[in-house]
Amino acid sequence: MRHASLGLMLFAFWLALSGHYTPFLIAVGVVCALACVAVARRMDTGDAEGHPTHLLGGAITYFPWLVLEIVKSAWTVSKIIMNPRLPISPTMTVVDASQKTSVGIATYANSITLTPGTITTHVRGKRLTVHALIRGGALDLEGGAMDARVTKFEGGA
Amino acid sequence: MLIAATLAVLAALILAVIRAVRGPTVFDRVLAGNSVGTLAILLLAVLGFLDGRPEWLDIGITYGLLNIISTLAVLKFFRHGDLAYDVGEDAK
Amino acid sequence: MIAILIEWASGAMIITGSIFIVIGAIGLVRMPDLYTRIHAASVTDTLGAGLLLGGLMLQSGLSLVTLKLAFLLGLFFFMGPVASHALAQAALQEGIEPLLREDRRHREAGSGESGEAR
Repeated sequence: MRHASLGLMLFAFWLALSGHYTPFLIAVGVVCALACVAVARRMDTGDAEGHPTHLLGGAITYFPWLVLEIVKSAWTVSKIIMNPRLPISPTMTVVDASQKTSVGIATYANSITLTPGTITTHVRGKRLTVHALIRGGALDLEGGAMDARVTKFEGGA
Repeated sequence: MLIAATLAVLAALILAVIRAVRGPTVFDRVLAGNSVGTLAILLLAVLGFLDGRPEWLDIGITYGLLNIISTLAVLKFFRHGDLAYDVGEDAK
Repeated sequence: MIAILIEWASGAMIITGSIFIVIGAIGLVRMPDLYTRIHAASVTDTLGAGLLLGGLMLQSGLSLVTLKLAFLLGLFFFMGPVASHALAQAALQEGIEPLLREDRRHREAGSGESGEAR
């Protein structure tokens, strides 16, 4: 099931990049998609971690929320950069991830890094080390709002 | 409008190159190199539209994929001094 | 009518995106140390690139070009943080100490001190 969806996605990707729809090129695309699926199967990368189809439902609401967060924090960081006094207060902190799977933890860590003003510098188990541009950003993460949102996303909501 | 965007990306490129020249650490230069790659992709996209030939985007996508691989490869090389580094080697 | 609105929206997005790209690059030069520079660069990578490519997507309408722009955006979205994280982690392990106002790395995570006044 997962492999079928992987193959369909790869084929759609081929069609999107190709732009030429002759029978020969479409046939080559099918062969390439099948070959990639076969390789993914042998390498065991087409599993829940490599091709997380079950997260699709959660993604529909999660990514707009994440984009909003990115816009807000990018605006904050931009104001700091353009401020002549450069009012930064770099802070490093640790936060605990409450997600159960490695995909969830990776999503959380990447979401932290993706929002300007915070980067995950280290992940060990469920403990993330975070560098924040301003102290408030670190405190916000310690508050755990984003962590709870990612856990909800992981649960498929 | 597209011309303004082109000029903005070019200005940003110049600033990124300034950072790459100033350093001071190798990681600053890698960061600047990564930024130059991002800006080059954006420049390709905008120039393609300016030229009326969005086919340039294909080059941009290739550049984007290469940019990430090269950043990771350079980081790996400076961390281990070896591109074929295996995590298991540390355990011995 | 709608075509004009889309044209305006796309123009506004491209211009704002350009502004954020330049702001990120200025931060790249202005910031005092490596880790703060990564924050500045991520403004360019996320909001700047997102708005610029979004504006171009509006201009090209529903076509293969839009799909390619969306793929490019997804590439930034998913691979940008991977590169930033690898960079920060490599630098930390190399022993490059960040300039810090406050180091909270040794606090007990989840002990409830997060609710203090800012």
